[in-house]
Amino acid sequence: MNDSRRSNRPPLSLHIPEPPARPGEEADFSDIQVLPAGVTPRPDSSAEPHSMRDLAFGLVRVLDDDGQAVGPWNPRLSADAMRAILRNMALTRAFDDRMFRAQRQGKTSFYMKCTGEEAVAVAQAHALDREDMCFPSYRQQGILIARGHPLVGMMNQIYSNKGDALKGRQLPIMYSSPEYGFFTVSGNLTTQLPQAVGWAMASASKGDSRIAAAWCGEGSTAEGDFHAAMTFATVYRAPVIFNVVNNQWAISSFAGFAGGEATTFAARAIGYGIAGLRVDGNDALAVYAATAWAAERARTNNGPTLIEHFTYRAEGHSTSDDPSAYRSAEERVKWPLGDPIVRLKAHLVAIGEWDDARHAAMDLEVAESVKAAQKEAEKNGILGHGMHQPFETMFEDVFEEMPPHLKEQQAQMLAERMRKWPDGSQGPR
Amino acid sequence: MATELKMPALSPTMEEGTLAKWLVKPGDTVRSGDILAEIETDKATMEFEAVDEGTVGEILVAEGSDNVKVGTVIATIIGDGESAAPKAAPAAPPVAAAEPVKAPPVAAPAPVLTPAATSDFDGETVRLTVREALRDGMAEEMRADPRVFVMGEEVAEYQGAYKVTQGLLEEFGAKRVIDTPITEYGFAGIGTGAAMGGLRPIVEFMTFNFAMQAIDHIINSAAKTNYMSGGQMRCPIVFRGPNGAASRVGAQHSQNYAPWYASVPGLVVIAPYDAADAKGLMKAAIRSEDPVVFLENELVYGRSFDVPAGEHIVPIGKARTMRPGKDVTIVSYSIGVGVALEAAEQLAGEGIDAEVIDLRTLRPLDKGAILESLSRTNRLVIAEEGWPTCSIASEIMAIAMEDGFDYLDAPVARVTNVDVPLPYANNLEKLALITTAGVVEAVRKVCYRA
Repeated sequence: MNDSRRSNRPPLSLHIPEPPARPGEEADFSDIQVLPAGVTPRPDSSAEPHSMRDLAFGLVRVLDDDGQAVGPWNPRLSADAMRAILRNMALTRAFDDRMFRAQRQGKTSFYMKCTGEEAVAVAQAHALDREDMCFPSYRQQGILIARGHPLVGMMNQIYSNKGDALKGRQLPIMYSSPEYGFFTVSGNLTTQLPQAVGWAMASASKGDSRIAAAWCGEGSTAEGDFHAAMTFATVYRAPVIFNVVNNQWAISSFAGFAGGEATTFAARAIGYGIAGLRVDGNDALAVYAATAWAAERARTNNGPTLIEHFTYRAEGHSTSDDPSAYRSAEERVKWPLGDPIVRLKAHLVAIGEWDDARHAAMDLEVAESVKAAQKEAEKNGILGHGMHQPFETMFEDVFEEMPPHLKEQQAQMLAERMRKWPDGSQGPR
Repeated sequence: MATELKMPALSPTMEEGTLAKWLVKPGDTVRSGDILAEIETDKATMEFEAVDEGTVGEILVAEGSDNVKVGTVIATIIGDGESAAPKAAPAAPPVAAAEPVKAPPVAAPAPVLTPAATSDFDGETVRLTVREALRDGMAEEMRADPRVFVMGEEVAEYQGAYKVTQGLLEEFGAKRVIDTPITEYGFAGIGTGAAMGGLRPIVEFMTFNFAMQAIDHIINSAAKTNYMSGGQMRCPIVFRGPNGAASRVGAQHSQNYAPWYASVPGLVVIAPYDAADAKGLMKAAIRSEDPVVFLENELVYGRSFDVPAGEHIVPIGKARTMRPGKDVTIVSYSIGVGVALEAAEQLAGEGIDAEVIDLRTLRPLDKGAILESLSRTNRLVIAEEGWPTCSIASEIMAIAMEDGFDYLDAPVARVTNVDVPLPYANNLEKLALITTAGVVEAVRKVCYRA
């Protein structure tokens, strides 16, 4: 095997990253250094990126182990604001649970939960301006929920029923809502990052005041798009926030396969001369504060920020995934940064603004509202009920004006259905 | 004996240039590597160096002369030991600078290949190169609509690698004519996002060969935004640049992507031939709410045509009859139209009256125009500078089978490039590309004259 002419040299060995624990093994998070809350400094939002490189290796945390909000990053939110974030996180979790079950009941083909990561999308939506444009990945349903998008509308899309605003054209959960500043979710990873930069450059070019925010997972930072987006953002100082949601797992590939063993994902910013923050993604107040800082930076023409949200994907990648096949089942409970809802609740309780009874009532209330929305949405049909979109809509929205060959095909299809079902019903839908 | 110095080809596609400045005069001694003159091509100003030692004899083309054909003798050099010449040189006055030699004695300029076509417009016209027409189309739309901007590699300071964006930076400034980092994937995504953000980007690819890494944004994002958002969002963007074979730039730089893009629902694909269409369709593309792939051709950039003076818009999706005829229909697009027109000219001498149709837009395709012509001529040949398999030609043949079968008096023929990566070597490259002779032969065959 070895070339004999080089036999004096030590043989090379290939490094293949391996996660700390596999199924049946004890979860091992000993490599994760959890810095105490409050120790990471907060620079001015106009600070030069080179002056804050340490932040890419730190961990912005506000909520400590006693449920107190401490340190320079404490956003000092009112109790009402914190309760609103708490409720939107709980609502998102209730929505996920219900829709996950709907998939298992055959009412839709696919669903993706964001359990354990609710703080990322929800607290960020609260920190951003309502008019700012979001370019999410597929696990930021919390943005739509926090911005008050009707749950029924989201469910209509998941069920691909006759109320689906996307006319049955998109995979479930690939929402699209310009009205709520929520860009069409892309099934091709990370394409939304350069698009967010382009949108942000357009906003700056028009002299607008709106900024863009984009999300991707730690795994998809390996895509060329991530690097193109970073290059353009730094070159043109685009008013954009990049969010890398490091939830440790890209389906079954742990973060080490995206380079997580060698450095942090926030540190990707340093090579581009961009501000980089590494944040406790399960600390809603830290996520809020970091996002508000980055938004202020972008809005004052001080350029882009890369935020790594250090979190944990508590559930499978999607309804098609069984994580017990590749990771330790203990990981979820042993995750050192806890659960975002539990932690914000503990803080509100600690400061006397919340209690167990009110929390239980809130859980019930959000579960009931999701249930009611589901009933409403199912009146428009579910996947198992057959087709819901009028056949002729298939040819619409391909071009601004329907070209002759599509008009021809549409007319031909309708004529055929009229021949088969002369009553005009067009047959089974 | 004097050595003749000929007008050099300083780029693969250069056919003529301007002799901007002589840096030597008759009687000067020159050595190998000395700079003799500055020559402007359509892309840049370059220095012309001496190869051999000697003394400058005569200057035959004065500085300031435009349109000097490649191969024209521009000066003579007298080698060492040819003692008579240096003395004679001062006595022979150089050509007066005030009267630049436009037509040098040795090479009467062959007109640049721009076969005649019937005009589909009346009124006053101006003579423009395709390059200028594209630029004018963009500039007019940029003046009319502040949302329109151009981005790409080398589009600003350098005025475009093929000088298509000439003068735009000066007029519109660096915020509307934007030089980008070198990542087609990156700026195709940036442009797509900017279009969604309410601007109207024109993204220049230095050539479409480099757009292969950007194809994900073009097809998976731009082309599907309208449909996937249920009609809520638009992505009005123009992706433009040269497409197809240039001249001796090798396999990676000589590809026609028209069939690739034309197969994608949601994209408008335009491939003009002459300057009037280049301008008129560019303006229509910029105004379109749909994403447009606008395929230009490097070899056609320098050709001149009549363009209507003033506002000129050509509707998307309409083919053009370039030459009416009754015996056979030749359908083509882009540079192939020139080949088809030449073939038609030659065929006329043989008594075959060929109709030439320029598709202009490849998606949506003007099926009606093809079938209407076929219904009169009953014979069809497609000329395409591109590979044969799954080509635009294949598509037109399918249309002829499905909807034009009863019109056909002969099987449809297609004339395309050879099905190999394009070789670099001049002789092989010539063999691999479509030729006028190939089209003539195919027409004879479908007319049963072969």
